[in-house]
Amino acid sequence: MSDRLTPFLSIFGLLLLWVVAAQLTGDAQVLPTPWDLLPLYAQEISSGELFKHLGATLVRVFWAFALAMTLGMLIGLSMGRSARVNQWLDPWLVIFLNLPALVLIVLCYLWIGLTEAAAIIAVTLNKVPNVATVLREGARAMDPQLDAMAQVYRMSKWTRFRHVVLPQLAPFIAAAARSGVAVIWKIVLVVEFLGRSSGIGFQIHLYFQLFDVAMVLVYAFSFIIVMLLVEWVLLQPWERRTSRWRLA
Amino acid sequence: MIQVDITSKSFAGTQILGPIRFDVAAGETVAIVGPSGIGKSTLLRIVSGIDPDFEGRVTVPKSIAFVFQEPTLLPWRSALDNLILIHPNLTRAAAETALDRVGLSDKAGLFPGQLSLGQQRRLSLARAFAGEPDLLILDEPFASLDADTSQAMLALTESLIAQQRPATLLVTHDMKEAQRLAESILTLTGSRNGARVF
Repeated sequence: MSDRLTPFLSIFGLLLLWVVAAQLTGDAQVLPTPWDLLPLYAQEISSGELFKHLGATLVRVFWAFALAMTLGMLIGLSMGRSARVNQWLDPWLVIFLNLPALVLIVLCYLWIGLTEAAAIIAVTLNKVPNVATVLREGARAMDPQLDAMAQVYRMSKWTRFRHVVLPQLAPFIAAAARSGVAVIWKIVLVVEFLGRSSGIGFQIHLYFQLFDVAMVLVYAFSFIIVMLLVEWVLLQPWERRTSRWRLA
Repeated sequence: MIQVDITSKSFAGTQILGPIRFDVAAGETVAIVGPSGIGKSTLLRIVSGIDPDFEGRVTVPKSIAFVFQEPTLLPWRSALDNLILIHPNLTRAAAETALDRVGLSDKAGLFPGQLSLGQQRRLSLARAFAGEPDLLILDEPFASLDADTSQAMLALTESLIAQQRPATLLVTHDMKEAQRLAESILTLTGSRNGARVF
């Protein structure tokens, strides 16, 4: 029972810290209290603005995440399974890993234009190298004995992927997905900040120009809440289910 | 039916196996004995097609079953799924019968990690026989078990082979096991140019 309460208590502690800091600051222009934000939330929800921008950001996060995970898994798996592919792609990986997100974003906008496609491609390219690096380790850690078994018993490609390969990669996929979502939504905000006319990043840009700290917080927190829900409702239950055999 | 004609097999320039020739007829059991590290497992990997990197020719049927030294099960799937996923044509009832024959009928829903080593070995044996293979390959299937479990496992293997009569290739370092299960025994002996058969 107390274990389930711990995350809530921990968040309550953070809120308490915020309230104390706001009281010490004593200026709602610089740091408003949590309850100062509530009427603003009500206003943004009733006008429909909040959900419009939240939705736009979520769609971009979803596409960038799906593309980055798929591409990263393909590249990482082939690099982990074949020394030759790894030799060829490793320098690319190092270059892309060290390319600042901002450079990729600006270049995509310059080359493709200020479009939705450019925004999603920029975020995807930023994340693919990380996913590939993690999945490469996963592919290298796979058990060669199980490979031999699957080969002797002539398991079909799909069964082999689904029941031999994927379960071995599950912890690596979960690690890549978790760090993936966190990084992707931050980059999506930068992309929106620089060249989109919708989304949380766009709203933060707008209220930054108006020096409106309260509204910046309103939009930032709304997305953090969504990401916490994704973690608790999707990622953690999925992880518990796939690692059931370890605890049995 | 099974023809093995290996000229040589090397790892990183060192010859492991010299010329090795033998046949296994349908329904015959052949044991390969020899000290550990001589290349018995390497020979089995070549015969089963896991290791295609050798000189020579190996003719084997399509349907092969391999009982590895380690049970080599899918730890994230239940005992029953470990049979059904490997043999897609196996019905649920047939898989349950297969578990029953090795004395695991009450363990169908458990993960391999919940079974003892002896039970995991028996599951691996059930998996091999469930496909009714034409060629059965056993790599030290009784190693690292206590004497009683090892004897029970030996008797079980003997009766399953008697029921299905696959061509069987058994690797062991225990002469008594070889004499009990096999009709003919090949001894792998080391030489300067890799191990040979006598």
